[in-house]
Amino acid sequence: MEGKTSNEVFNREKAEATVKELRQSFRAGKTKTYEWRAAQLEGIARLIKEKESEITQALRSDLAKPEMESYLHEISLAKSACLFALKNLKKWMKPEKVPAAITTFPSSAQIVSEPLGVVLVISAWNYPFLLSIDPVIGAIVAGNAVVLKPSEIAPATSELFAKILPEYVDSSCIKVVEGGVPETTALLEQKWDKIFYTGNGKVGRIVMAAAAKNLTPVSLELGGKSPVLVDSDVNLKVAVKRIAVGKWGCNNGQACIAPDYIITTKSFAPQLVEALKVTLERFYGKNPLESADLSRIVNLNHFKHLTDMLDEENVSDKIVCGGQTDEKQLKIAPTLLLDVPHDSLIMKNEIFGPLLPIVTVDKLEDSFEIINSMSKPLAAYVFTKNKKLEQEFLSNVSAGGILVNDVALHLANLYLPFGGVGESGIGAYHGKFSFDAFSHKKAVLSRGFAGEAGARYPPYTPEKQWILKGLINGSIVALFLALFKRF
Amino acid sequence: MALITGKKCGDEEMGALGLETEVAEARTTFDSGKTKGFEWRKSQLEALLRLLQEKEEDMLKVLKEDLGKHRVEAYRDEVGALTKSVDNALLNLKKWMAPEKVSLPLVAVPTVAEIVPEPLGVVLVISSWNFPIGLSLEPLIGAIAAGNAAVLKPSELAPATSEFLAVEIPKYLDCEAIKVIQGGPQVAEQLLDLKWDKIFFTGSAQVGRIVMTAAAKHLTPVTLELGGKCPAIFDSLKSSRDQRMAVGRVAGAKWGSCLGQACIGIDYLLVTDEYAPTLIELLKGVIKEFFSNSEHLARIVNKHHFQRLCNLLQDESVAASVVHGGSVNAEELFIEPTILLNPPLDKEIMTEEIFGPLLPIITLKKIEDSIEFLRARPKPLVIYAFTHDEKFKQRIVDDTSSGCVMFNDTLIQYLCDTIPFGGVGQSGFGQYHGKFSFDNFSNRKPVGRRNFLIEFSFRYPPWNEKKLQLLRHIYRFDYIGFVLCFLGLKR
Repeated sequence: MEGKTSNEVFNREKAEATVKELRQSFRAGKTKTYEWRAAQLEGIARLIKEKESEITQALRSDLAKPEMESYLHEISLAKSACLFALKNLKKWMKPEKVPAAITTFPSSAQIVSEPLGVVLVISAWNYPFLLSIDPVIGAIVAGNAVVLKPSEIAPATSELFAKILPEYVDSSCIKVVEGGVPETTALLEQKWDKIFYTGNGKVGRIVMAAAAKNLTPVSLELGGKSPVLVDSDVNLKVAVKRIAVGKWGCNNGQACIAPDYIITTKSFAPQLVEALKVTLERFYGKNPLESADLSRIVNLNHFKHLTDMLDEENVSDKIVCGGQTDEKQLKIAPTLLLDVPHDSLIMKNEIFGPLLPIVTVDKLEDSFEIINSMSKPLAAYVFTKNKKLEQEFLSNVSAGGILVNDVALHLANLYLPFGGVGESGIGAYHGKFSFDAFSHKKAVLSRGFAGEAGARYPPYTPEKQWILKGLINGSIVALFLALFKRF
Repeated sequence: MALITGKKCGDEEMGALGLETEVAEARTTFDSGKTKGFEWRKSQLEALLRLLQEKEEDMLKVLKEDLGKHRVEAYRDEVGALTKSVDNALLNLKKWMAPEKVSLPLVAVPTVAEIVPEPLGVVLVISSWNFPIGLSLEPLIGAIAAGNAAVLKPSELAPATSEFLAVEIPKYLDCEAIKVIQGGPQVAEQLLDLKWDKIFFTGSAQVGRIVMTAAAKHLTPVTLELGGKCPAIFDSLKSSRDQRMAVGRVAGAKWGSCLGQACIGIDYLLVTDEYAPTLIELLKGVIKEFFSNSEHLARIVNKHHFQRLCNLLQDESVAASVVHGGSVNAEELFIEPTILLNPPLDKEIMTEEIFGPLLPIITLKKIEDSIEFLRARPKPLVIYAFTHDEKFKQRIVDDTSSGCVMFNDTLIQYLCDTIPFGGVGQSGFGQYHGKFSFDNFSNRKPVGRRNFLIEFSFRYPPWNEKKLQLLRHIYRFDYIGFVLCFLGLKR
């Protein structure tokens, strides 16, 4: 277990030594067997079960996360990822037989999944337990050795990992390194076989540039402004509840797939705002700052980022609900804003908090221009019963994932790839996609000496060219001649 | 043959401004949605097929000019292979474009979900000089099939081919969406500064790093098809017929494809001390049979690489290990098939990718030692092994890592559309060919749908213990427990 003690700093030498040790373990073949992988996953499943209250406590300490959210969004998702992996491990590890082509006849082909080697997982602060353990599960299930660097902005969870993970898994192959920028930099200088990063685009660029030096492939799970298009023909009560729980019920908006802003028609906006207000009061009471069901803002830095957005000129007067803040407790109430300027901070940057701007348009078709003027988000949502609008949304909006008439759910489906596109990221994971993200798919092609196409070899003649042409075009006659004609 | 667009594309001088304007046009074209439809993609692929058929002679000619490739080799390795790929893409395009239905867990019921492939946008393809048509158009097939607009920068080291592509592609393909921009490192640098939705690079590791670093600025995903020292393990094969065939395949892979300047060509051989002399004799025989006429061999691409290869032989100990060949012709940029026996492992010929007609044979005490030998070295694009021993084959697959493993033959993995083609570690990342090309240039977007009918109130705050209990049951797929709890009959 590598941790930051009072006297030691995790520097380049330590990083080198860590990677060296993991490489040796990997070379020795430890992580490749089914037994080892299953044992680690079972260990993690036990950890989640036995340490549930410690995890919940750490999340409360780091984020004032309500127990329900900790259970719903972190613990249960981690558990299902683990159990799903255990259930499917054998199947995923099996080579996949594929048909060979007529051009290579006779031959047999398969695709073998093999681990990449020694991988680095850097996780984020908003779902500090899930976003650490989920990629680590993927790394393990694919047979890699792994270093986890949890976010230092969620220190209680980071410390918890450093303390308890070694008790449940093989720490000669799975390590936790705590720390901030210096430690992460030291880690990024090493040569990894894959780097999996969850966080923001600015650091994502740094990670990818560091990876480029060693030609290391990366997965970047980033963010963006996830839009919610709301049509007037929906069941408003249900729609608003789903939007609300997806926004404020997810770490008080500090989630990469939380709705960032709403677009609706000018005529429908007043109804939407009213419905949201009613729902917000039902969820969080008249004094939301005192509700135990709302996470707090993670730290002062981020708190200021949000209040800066609210205080901007021409924005502060657009607040139609909420707006209360408490710096001491780092709490901000669910806040609705109507028609803020398009060039305001709140519309230019990912909000990642409990502020929800509502942008109005004359007709919904105008919304695509607004959505596509921003970079591609991790998720995009549309509430409508109109099939045509739904189809237009699907064709015109590029995002990591799209959900119709609900919010955030696709995160929980282990059969859907979870990842971004463009500025929202590179690569996907969850379920088998996690296994694939940390594997190399090796093609294995096997031939015998039964048939030999003399036409392949020099000296070349027009006749050989004719046969090759036919062979490549799948002609049986050419194949016959290719195999049996002697040159 | 109708051009999709009414615009006439001629050759325009490409200054820096011209380059950016071209790319901007590709972007505008993509944003207009033109490239997304099935009809457009089909028409472009059909146009490519026509290009391959109508301009076949011209292609064979420029490949001869740039690399001295014999027309049969050029057809076999580039034109023919591309024809197969376009046919395959046309055959499967509809299927590839179709959304993929997915199953969902109970908590989300009654949601329906699918994975919808969508184009990434405007992609950059940078290709290499050794298979200048193949390595330009093969990725382009994938880009087009996936519905993207594309800019191709062919290698300036194969100038006749680059010119050919710049002139002919606009005549056949939609020149508002597919662009060819010629140039060297400077032009590449300018292109890399721009924002792309994907960059597909084939070339050396050194330039691969530059490409990825540039891509990082925009968080652009990349595929890097690099190289490495691809070994061929040569086990003793019982029958002399098999041996002869195997040696033919080795010779074909070493010298018969661009004179060894191929990323999947054999770099060096691993064989037992005992068998080496036999192998060398067999190789000499096959070289005589196949390559007596140097017309049937490509040449070295340019002076720089010619000098690089000659330099590999400069070292005394390396020169002393030559057992066949070794003669060079600077004027014709030709080096004859050369075999070396056990050159020192620390010399450049054994530490760097050779990419030429020099074939080191490294001998080992027993053939199984080849596995340790390979594990100590960077992962190559392919490991070849000639053997009948099934156990040994399994060990090679299990204990070594490479882009691909090919048993008892060489090079043909390039033609197989059902297996992914790409490297790992130093040989690169990302894969293509067949559907892998389509996926490489796509964003696989999950789309989930719900209706408003069924609503679970326990999803929402305010939270309480009962809601927590219900969720515990749901997440464990304990439906009975859930129902009981819901009805208040269970705590």
